[in-house]
Amino acid sequence: MSVTTPAPRRRRTGSALGLVAWLCGIAFFLPVAWMVLTSFHSETDAATNPPSVGAGLSLHGYREFFGGGGGVSPWPPLINSLTASVVSTLLVLVLAVPAAYALAIKPVRKWSDVLFFFLSTKMLPLVAGLLPVYLVAQNAGMLDSIWLLVLLYTSMNLPIAVWMMRSFLAEVPVEMLEAASIDGAGLTTTLTRIVAPVAMPGIAATALISFIFSWNELLFARVLTGIVAGTAPVFLTGLVTSQGLFLAKVCAAATVISLPVIVAGFAAQDKLVQGLSLGAVK
Amino acid sequence: MSTQTTEPPRGTAAGTAGPAPAARARRTERAKDWARRAPLLPALVFLVIVTQLPFVATVVISFTRWNALAPDNRGFAAFDNYRAVFTDPAMRSSVGTTVLLTVTVVLVSLLLGLGLALLLDRSFRGRGIVRTLLITPFLVVPVASALLWKHALYNASYGLLNGVLTWIWRLFGSDSPPQPDWMTDSPLAAVEVSLIWQWTPFMMLILLAGLQSRAGDAIEAARMDGASAFDVFRYLTLPHLRRYLELAALLGTVYVVQNFDAVFTITSGGLGTANLPYTIYQTFYQAHDYGRASAQGVVVVLCSLVVATFALRTVSSLLREEVTR
Repeated sequence: MSVTTPAPRRRRTGSALGLVAWLCGIAFFLPVAWMVLTSFHSETDAATNPPSVGAGLSLHGYREFFGGGGGVSPWPPLINSLTASVVSTLLVLVLAVPAAYALAIKPVRKWSDVLFFFLSTKMLPLVAGLLPVYLVAQNAGMLDSIWLLVLLYTSMNLPIAVWMMRSFLAEVPVEMLEAASIDGAGLTTTLTRIVAPVAMPGIAATALISFIFSWNELLFARVLTGIVAGTAPVFLTGLVTSQGLFLAKVCAAATVISLPVIVAGFAAQDKLVQGLSLGAVK
Repeated sequence: MSTQTTEPPRGTAAGTAGPAPAARARRTERAKDWARRAPLLPALVFLVIVTQLPFVATVVISFTRWNALAPDNRGFAAFDNYRAVFTDPAMRSSVGTTVLLTVTVVLVSLLLGLGLALLLDRSFRGRGIVRTLLITPFLVVPVASALLWKHALYNASYGLLNGVLTWIWRLFGSDSPPQPDWMTDSPLAAVEVSLIWQWTPFMMLILLAGLQSRAGDAIEAARMDGASAFDVFRYLTLPHLRRYLELAALLGTVYVVQNFDAVFTITSGGLGTANLPYTIYQTFYQAHDYGRASAQGVVVVLCSLVVATFALRTVSSLLREEVTR
């Protein structure tokens, strides 16, 4: 605490509040912990009342999830998700970085109008455009194709990416750009020497956000794909069966599918906020 | 804007009547404008094609009588679909559900997020760990989270909630613990709680960023002058946080209004939990009524324009602040 905390009373309430914070943190984390613990239980131990917390650990759920029990292999959906997320993220960067550069560093006339147009496309419910997309895809023979999802995910993430990149690129000092141009530096030198160092963390953060949103998406994937191009979230909803026990398997699947996002999110907590708040919060 | 540099007219052979310098300057200016705009175009064109054209198609289809199950009976329907949308009780209840769901989730997670952000804004041992624990719910894939709540927590016979009730009752020697069926007893609340769990960390992160951008010396000065912790919060922190609270609420609204995963997974839209995205999905995917699904889509878009206008205004005020800083 600051220097102005002489009273022991304040210190005591301070540590009490720290304890409250800890309890809240644990409470919020508890469901996740329960998911992971259940995923390591056998199916019978997973579905007991009262819960068998101390039951022996087992990899049964994971073996079942990875197709050990003769079920459908999760690899095709996982690879589909990875393809859709990575390719659309690359496309987003290719389109968003130049656009953000144009908006941030050399503002075009009416730049804020353009910026708000980007944002407004994000605010309209995607579901409203679902039917025409479905009909076009049906006529073009693109249903159940991962490339259709790539296109849609790109458009879904592009507005956020432009906003986010713009907020990063706005930090490039204009004086340095001017100095460089006076010194006769070419476009390439300017980009690699001055813009890139500032932009790289921004690009990484933008890529992360775009990846997470694509990885999480369910509605479009469910409506527009089938057996061939189904993604991991679609596969996850299909794991629940009406017969038999499935809790450990579903928890294992949920853990595996969430893991990439959780790891990436831990690595870049602050950037995540900046992305989700469209660059408004640093 | 960059300063306009008039190129000195490059000397040519005397007598050749080249274009007037002013016209040439105008042309180079225009070329420069285009060079500045060019990097924007691919992204703009792509977005217009992929997001705006489908919407135009939606508007057109919304005036069409078109059910995929009766392909021969297709034609111009004028406002029939809209009449159906506005008189359909299911649609009306899903509008109510969407508003209720969104307002509850956004308000509760905003308040919880504010409390947590205030707790995290002070230093204590293990603060980094607590912060990490708190944001984890937000990082669980939404479908996974919905499945987790439905099967591992809410389930009436082996979910953790009822399991804990059994535990507590056994602790006091009772063999008949209450075992509510959470998802049938209060279906909407079940969906809301799972969403609040996911969105509180988001609100907390934005508000924490707001708290940490406060000017420390003003607070220090106020404390020196004997202001109580509550006064500091009421007169310094809260006004400063206003913008961030607005931003968090509006962004949360934008995302929660569009929620599909939780409603689809936890209750399948049953028991009065069908929100607008789910209803449109159903009209289109299960009833195959393309005309009506499109009319619903148009109505939803018009409603969200209202929210979007407010959201854009808030974002723009934050943006202006950033520019003038």
